[in-house]
Amino acid sequence: MENKIQLQVSNLKKQFGSETVLDGINLDIHKGEVVVVLGPSGCGKSTLLRCINGLETPTGGTVSVDGIEVTSSNKKITQIRQKIGMVFQSYDLFPHKNIMDNITLAPVKVQKRPRKEVEQDAERLLKRVGLWEKRKAFPRELSGGQKQRVAIVRALCMKPEVMLFDEVTAALDPEMVREVLEVMLELADRGMTMIIVTHEMQFARVVADRIIFLEGGKIQEESSPEEFFTNPKTQRAKDFLQTFTFEKRKTNNI
Amino acid sequence: MRLNLEFMAKYLPMYIDAAKLTVEIAFWGIVFSLIVGFLCAIVRYYRTPILHRIVAVYIEISRNTPLLVQLFFLYFGLPKIGIVLSTEACAIIGITFLGGSYMAESIRSGFEAVDKVQVESAQSLGLGRWLTMKEVVFPQALAVSVPGICANVIFLIKETSVVSGIALADLMYVTKDLIGLYYETDEALIMLVIFYLIILLPISVVASILERRLRHAGFGN
Repeated sequence: MENKIQLQVSNLKKQFGSETVLDGINLDIHKGEVVVVLGPSGCGKSTLLRCINGLETPTGGTVSVDGIEVTSSNKKITQIRQKIGMVFQSYDLFPHKNIMDNITLAPVKVQKRPRKEVEQDAERLLKRVGLWEKRKAFPRELSGGQKQRVAIVRALCMKPEVMLFDEVTAALDPEMVREVLEVMLELADRGMTMIIVTHEMQFARVVADRIIFLEGGKIQEESSPEEFFTNPKTQRAKDFLQTFTFEKRKTNNI
Repeated sequence: MRLNLEFMAKYLPMYIDAAKLTVEIAFWGIVFSLIVGFLCAIVRYYRTPILHRIVAVYIEISRNTPLLVQLFFLYFGLPKIGIVLSTEACAIIGITFLGGSYMAESIRSGFEAVDKVQVESAQSLGLGRWLTMKEVVFPQALAVSVPGICANVIFLIKETSVVSGIALADLMYVTKDLIGLYYETDEALIMLVIFYLIILLPISVVASILERRLRHAGFGN
């Protein structure tokens, strides 16, 4: 792993009214690193991602990508966003555009790259996720898993330096989760810098270089996946992991 | 009841002229209504400071006063402060004043029906405000707005009958005139209804085809 810091979050705070959602987050992410953010619902995971690409304005602290600060007031926000790809939980493809147009829209209109070149990129990426033959289909004709794979391709076609994944498999049927996670694993292998919010624990363990455990708007624990899953340091993390295991309670003498 | 066909034939050209005038006023009124409505909807959607309050006041005034009152204001009121407009101009401005608010509300409801995550995903792809509106929000909003817009178009064409109140020789005016002069009430009213149907039925049919097409396009995820 190279040692360059790609994304720096320092003392990030976010309040909604009187509710503190993020309470001083510090995070340095190196180039090519895959960070998985875990935590109970409402702990601020999504808000953290949304602050990173400027969809929410932080109440305090800073986020910088490649040394350039992300703030909504910054007129260069759209330039910075091009360096950050984001995939959302709900399928966010544009329903009135076909798959190819969904993918080429931003590279052509925002980055002003020649359509031909963008379409070649799109072809390569779509083939990689096995959806090349769907290029002329509309989003409604695709399954949830296919839509998420297209959403990933659409973000990748912008040639981002960091990819954010916000519970991208949470709304999918179980059998479709895998196809999406495999695309993400492959991305990780290719050295993409990624921040992933997920509830897929086994996936987190395999894909992550580092696990961040968030609760109450604070980073409670930060460790390697091995360490986090086998020997969590904090009681909170232990309790959290406990929620994913079940014990047999039913006895046979009814 | 026997219809005086001779009378009807004699005054047919008058009805044709009146129909032309009705269509002309309706056409320009609707075009300007769409422009005003679109601009107002944009202001309301983005909650542009100050302007969005002004637009809200306009919409309330426009929707809660009768068109005839609005026309009287333009036709009899404005000259008192030195602004004299032609009768046609008054009619078109009146229709626009009324139609603008109805169009604004139809178009705005379309904008607001577009899921917020659509806007966010456009933003996260680096699309600015203008591109987000043009490429993502507007096309989806239009599909939702079209039935309302079509209903407004038909409503506004019918509302043009009110311009007879400021002595513009539209279909309604000609009819009332002929009844007053010759007492051929049945003939005059039948011609009036037929002419409105000639204008409105094709538009109605086109509108319902358009709506069905859009429904079948069924953008939904």
